[in-house]
Amino acid sequence: MTVTEERPVTEVGSPRRRKEDGRLVTGRTRWTDNISLPGMLHLAMVRSPMAHATITSIDVEAAKSSPGVVAVFTGADLGDEQGSLPCAWPITADQKAPPHPSIAVDTVNFAGEIVACIVARSAVAAKDAVELVDLEYDELPVVVEMAAAAEGGNLTHPDLGTNVSATWVFDSAEAGTGGNVEDAIRDAEVLVERTFRQQRLIPAFMEPRSVVCDPTGEQTTLWSATQIPHILKLMLALTCGISESKLRVIAPDVGGGFGGKLQVTPEEVITLVVSRRLGKPCKYTETRSESLLAGHHGRDQIQTLTLSATRDGIVTGLKVDLLADMGAYLGLVTPGVPILGAFMYNAIYKFPAYRFECRNIFTNKNWTDAYRGAGRPEATFAIERLMDELAVEIGVDPLEIRERNWIKHEEFPFSTVAGLEYDTGNYEAATARAKELFGYDALRAEQRERRESGDPVQLGIGVSTFTEMCGLAPSRVLGALSYGAGGWEHASIRMLPSGKVEVITGSSGHGQGHETAWSQIVADRLGVAFDDVEVLHGDTQISARGLDTYGSRSLTVGGMAVVAAADKVIEKARPIAAHLLEANADDLEFTGGKFNVRGTDSSIGIGDLALAVFAAHNMPDGVEPSLDAEATFDPENFSFPHGTHLCAVEVDTETGETKIRSYVCVDDIGKVVNPLIVEGQVHGGLVQGIAQALWEEAVYDDSGTLVTGSFVDYLVPSAADLPHFTTDRTESPSSTNALGVKGVGEAGTIASTPAVVNAVVDALRHLGVRDIEMPCSPHRVWSALQHLDGDGSSSGADTPTEKTYVADDADPSHNAQLSGEDAGRAAADHGGLG
Amino acid sequence: MAQISIKVDGVEYADAVEPRTLLVHYLRDQVGKTGTVVGCDTSNCGSCTVHLDGTSVKSCTVLAVQADGHEVTTIEGLAKDGELHPMQQAFHENHALQCGFCTPGMVMQSIDLLRDNPSPTEEEVRHGLEGNLCRCTGYQNIVKAVLAAAESAPVRIGTAGGTL
Repeated sequence: MTVTEERPVTEVGSPRRRKEDGRLVTGRTRWTDNISLPGMLHLAMVRSPMAHATITSIDVEAAKSSPGVVAVFTGADLGDEQGSLPCAWPITADQKAPPHPSIAVDTVNFAGEIVACIVARSAVAAKDAVELVDLEYDELPVVVEMAAAAEGGNLTHPDLGTNVSATWVFDSAEAGTGGNVEDAIRDAEVLVERTFRQQRLIPAFMEPRSVVCDPTGEQTTLWSATQIPHILKLMLALTCGISESKLRVIAPDVGGGFGGKLQVTPEEVITLVVSRRLGKPCKYTETRSESLLAGHHGRDQIQTLTLSATRDGIVTGLKVDLLADMGAYLGLVTPGVPILGAFMYNAIYKFPAYRFECRNIFTNKNWTDAYRGAGRPEATFAIERLMDELAVEIGVDPLEIRERNWIKHEEFPFSTVAGLEYDTGNYEAATARAKELFGYDALRAEQRERRESGDPVQLGIGVSTFTEMCGLAPSRVLGALSYGAGGWEHASIRMLPSGKVEVITGSSGHGQGHETAWSQIVADRLGVAFDDVEVLHGDTQISARGLDTYGSRSLTVGGMAVVAAADKVIEKARPIAAHLLEANADDLEFTGGKFNVRGTDSSIGIGDLALAVFAAHNMPDGVEPSLDAEATFDPENFSFPHGTHLCAVEVDTETGETKIRSYVCVDDIGKVVNPLIVEGQVHGGLVQGIAQALWEEAVYDDSGTLVTGSFVDYLVPSAADLPHFTTDRTESPSSTNALGVKGVGEAGTIASTPAVVNAVVDALRHLGVRDIEMPCSPHRVWSALQHLDGDGSSSGADTPTEKTYVADDADPSHNAQLSGEDAGRAAADHGGLG
Repeated sequence: MAQISIKVDGVEYADAVEPRTLLVHYLRDQVGKTGTVVGCDTSNCGSCTVHLDGTSVKSCTVLAVQADGHEVTTIEGLAKDGELHPMQQAFHENHALQCGFCTPGMVMQSIDLLRDNPSPTEEEVRHGLEGNLCRCTGYQNIVKAVLAAAESAPVRIGTAGGTL
């Protein structure tokens, strides 16, 4: 066993440079679109420009005779073979879902839906022929706005008879996890009511999706730029009626996903079916415009919130009414995304009563599904904006209002009103460190000076103290939520005779650095060199079992499976070591890669054991000659990272321009395997959350056309738009897994959006602005300042959405009947609106 | 078809191309330089950035015929004799990549940036990279890598020409 001299004491915790980088910085990459096979044909998709229409005729003759074109397929041509794209998460027994053909057959339900597929000898020839397909449509009424759709009117899918796919409720009184929120609202001394809009976003991974299918072998092999090769294999088999054992799925190098590649796509199904029909390898690679148009979108919710509190700012209840825009179809986990948020609205706080009701709504837009954070960013935004609003009502600092309500570190483990058990955390420590790094008091002083001097550039300070549930997920919990699969992860370890180690993981990394992090874990566990560990993943023929990568699950679930497999290797090696050392197995201790007989110099290394087992000349009786082991790990709980994020934003009141002046975050993600990788995850996460706050929005016009269909219009930020971030960590190890880890993939995105918007609003609050709808573009900010209401306030939103009620001291019972709009009217009557 | 002669990563190629062929497609499909990638269709993302006669260009906005008689360097032509170019090394050392899809373009642009301005400020690096999008890193470690490369190897990067 070779041990490099510069090897750290423990690999876990060390900032190892990544193994993955060598091929990525030199261009020796294996993106799906790089694959070229003999005789390979190329696909191009014909997409509907109409958002809702009946297809009355399709003429493909001109396209078929275009140079290089081999075939053209319509939905009718594919027939039953294309099946219906799967939704794995029916959140209610009576959930309504339309059939979802990969190529539309009779009707199109969003602009961008595939209506025909061209197959040609070159990509260029296929694209040329797209223009030659002649389609005629009868237009149907287009449903764009989810709020209107929820109330009835025109139907996205007339056959369903409603635009509501499902209604899902969690009530703490019914669940026995807390009180009745209506009682809390009735008895409230302070009520804060707000409506927030989570705009529609696009994941915008850098590598456009691509799929190659080779049907020429005994097994059909499909390469895809996917996060989920294992799930994809099963789902394609079920969808297309192919034997699962005849299908091999490979996710080679995958260029980002952020949830956007957590899908079974029409393009994958079409490429599979067409290549099998023609008996030829086929490739489809989307353009960026197609990716923005038809790769699933994220967010798109309207949140109506009622927070009740005492006059001291102690929250007594929270009621959430949610509308979630599904778009035209239900994708793989579309209906479950808002449900993932349901458990996070109470966040880090000790709310005694909680009710969440969500209605999932169909519209004639691209379907939504998981995007980084999936449900949890929306919940975190809502509660962190509300806590700022409550602080204003009570007249205390926003950090003070949080401290009055949060779970104190000595109160863990803590059972929440949403029914989760938070294992560990220390909100006080993270907040204290963040304040110190931020220079909180000095920035508040500067803010006061700017306000007093009427500086045209005002300073705002935004707070976000977040937590999230990640490490998806305990299988029994997913079962209780009607999800169609478990949440375990699989790993196996192969001990090679030369002493090298192959680790096979069911996690499917696409930028996260699993090859490096898993090597660090195994190096420590087995006492082998970091460089002697090879991590294999993303190919169902090598990694036969797995549930892939999403929901910040890879380390907390997949990493733990690796730990369990390594521990099994050690236990398999123990009797063999005892035999070879002529010792009792109970007298052996395993440290530093060696079995030592306690109290003697006698030892044998794990590498030597691997060689001895390979030879198998001298094995104990009845012991199989193998050290290889596999393990499936099912987590007993979610993990709950948390952190305190502080953001200072300068807002130019004359132009509406915003500039992030400083951003500090202190995250507690438990134990850290590789701090370099963690920091990178935080940076990238922050920017996606900041981008939601300030720039990004998928916009549809009234006819259902996506008007942000390229990177010219969909504003993914560049380096020039962003500040330098100050990041730090506190550490409360998770008590629910042996590594003590919590997951970090989504933390930055979940935390940063409310920190930024709170800062923008804080900069302008003294001028009467109380909300700005996201993204807080210069136009929206400037407009909010121009359209202050009669009382000097502005919601900054397209529709006024806020009400606040403070009970009259003399008559605490007068609001006994208050709820919803009544509370707002009462507030107006008492001059408490605003 | 048009006949072109292009030197790519030090090797001369003579090929027939459709006049409409973009340089990036010529590099990927005909020369096999798949290290250079296509990330968008509006010249916003910069993933396809290469050097044309030593200056960075987005190869999706150059026709292959425009490169006739010229010299192209791609990400695959940077490392010499198994040794990474200082900018590649800086990206590795500073964890300036995650999924790595934008990395070829980002590295090529960063080299060009330092050739124009060997000792940039952080602000100048950020503005010099604004034509290259990354969705993973939040740019912080990319900026750090470019500044580190400027610090450590100004001479070699400064000699960036056709051959690097």
